[in-house]
Amino acid sequence: MALTDSIGSATITGLAYVGELARLTGGAARAVFIEPFHGHKLRLGRAVHQAMAVGVEAIPIVSLISFFVGMIFGLQSAYQLRKLGALQFVADAVAIAITRELGPLMTAIMVIGRSGSSFAAEIGTMKVNEEIDALETMALKPVHFLVAPKFLAMILMLPCLTTWADFMGVTGGALFGVSSAGFTWASYFNRTLDALVLRDVTTGLIKSVMFGVVITAVGCQEGFSTGLGSEQVGRSTTSAVVKSIFLVILVDLVFTALFYFTAPR
Amino acid sequence: MATKLVSQQPSSEPPSGPAIAVRNLRVKYGEREILHGINFEIAAGETLVILGGSGSGKSTLLRTLVGLERPSGGEIWIRGQDFAAMSEDERDGLLKKMGMSFQGGALFGSMSVADNVALPLREHTELDESTIDIMVRLKLDQVGLSGFDNYMPAQLSGGMKKRAAIARALAMDPEILFFDEPSAGLDPIIAAGIDELILKLKKAFRITIVVVTHELASAFLIADRMILLDKGVIVANGTPRELQESKQPRVRQFMDRVPEAEISRELDYLQMLTGDIPPQRQ
Repeated sequence: MALTDSIGSATITGLAYVGELARLTGGAARAVFIEPFHGHKLRLGRAVHQAMAVGVEAIPIVSLISFFVGMIFGLQSAYQLRKLGALQFVADAVAIAITRELGPLMTAIMVIGRSGSSFAAEIGTMKVNEEIDALETMALKPVHFLVAPKFLAMILMLPCLTTWADFMGVTGGALFGVSSAGFTWASYFNRTLDALVLRDVTTGLIKSVMFGVVITAVGCQEGFSTGLGSEQVGRSTTSAVVKSIFLVILVDLVFTALFYFTAPR
Repeated sequence: MATKLVSQQPSSEPPSGPAIAVRNLRVKYGEREILHGINFEIAAGETLVILGGSGSGKSTLLRTLVGLERPSGGEIWIRGQDFAAMSEDERDGLLKKMGMSFQGGALFGSMSVADNVALPLREHTELDESTIDIMVRLKLDQVGLSGFDNYMPAQLSGGMKKRAAIARALAMDPEILFFDEPSAGLDPIIAAGIDELILKLKKAFRITIVVVTHELASAFLIADRMILLDKGVIVANGTPRELQESKQPRVRQFMDRVPEAEISRELDYLQMLTGDIPPQRQ
């Protein structure tokens, strides 16, 4: 009896949380796409500043991680493929895995660690210092002022970062291929391009935009719901990272399944 | 999307005179009612001090007056308009004519002092930067912070943060100013400086000022009228002199700084804070 109760209430809490996220995202999307036509212009300066922090400053770490992941996947697929005498398929395997899955996912996880946590910490600290209240008393809506620039920055930067991560991942696989699987640089990259269909790259990019939406929503929502006291800010930040990772993987599952079942035969 | 609230009695005509009129205000946090039917008025240009101990509901009252909390009953009329029944645009319009100074200053930590003060001007007006610059310097001068434009809030002392917060509250030349514990955490000399500033603003601009505090010395200095809140109800409402001379026990206890009877049981403490049952007395 107790188990079904807890499963039930956990499900309801989870759904309520997703509802809150949807509300926040709706408000931010409205501020970015609709309000400018009603006279409330979005301050692009803030969005650019966020884009620098979310995107440009993440390039070094995303490059490194994707490069290593590319190499790792090359190694792991070669491990099986060499039994079939099919080492030349390493390039295909790496290309498809990176562009469809690992590129977007690894990038999202790095961005969660860097930006998802910082959104929660920033907004959480503002909440504790009554800065959010101050915004409201000045007739400035926190969603327009704080969330919308982050939202715009994320949905623009994440596909860009993912594209770069895809390239670095393939390069990592290439390093392995050239050193241990009998490729030359040229042959590896050519094989990669032959193996890829546009759909592989675009599904990865669509996923990356969805990941960006989730990361922004969870980071900001955790920030806004911070309790009083600096210890609570730490709690919110942790919570933001954990929930973001979970939701990103859930969204990944949904979209991967969607793309699988709607794929042209 | 503000919905009109239903008060206990049929609502009457909006008052024409007072800047703020509160009728039978009730505010709840969840299931617990914090304010149990508050009634008072503030005339335009008057300085009202809201006194009360911890748990009296004074912060809740202030937050409700500036729109940070929703009443669960009763009405608030500001400048002749029903605050709860306004559309969002009307509400925003009214908020732009009010300024609030928070207890810790609530300055935006990522912006300089000048950018903090300039924020309402940049967001709500079409003024160009040079005009905004002049206005910011004017406000900072009024609060005695000339030259501190480029300091970050973390570099300021407590008193200076309060002054910067006041400058920001004054940025749009408000008609009503709210202060939440202006002297909290400040040493007596700095606190006196803040009181001076409030008096100066009173004389120069004749704004309506609402101050929540528990510092009696400051209160008597700046108030035209005072109300004393206790456990969510008003127990006294009058001029400082009237409160000073009041014979009511709760008022006397507050004015004479008589400590609360020893609360040694957890249940008694909780009941004292929530006002559900009066504490045990000798």
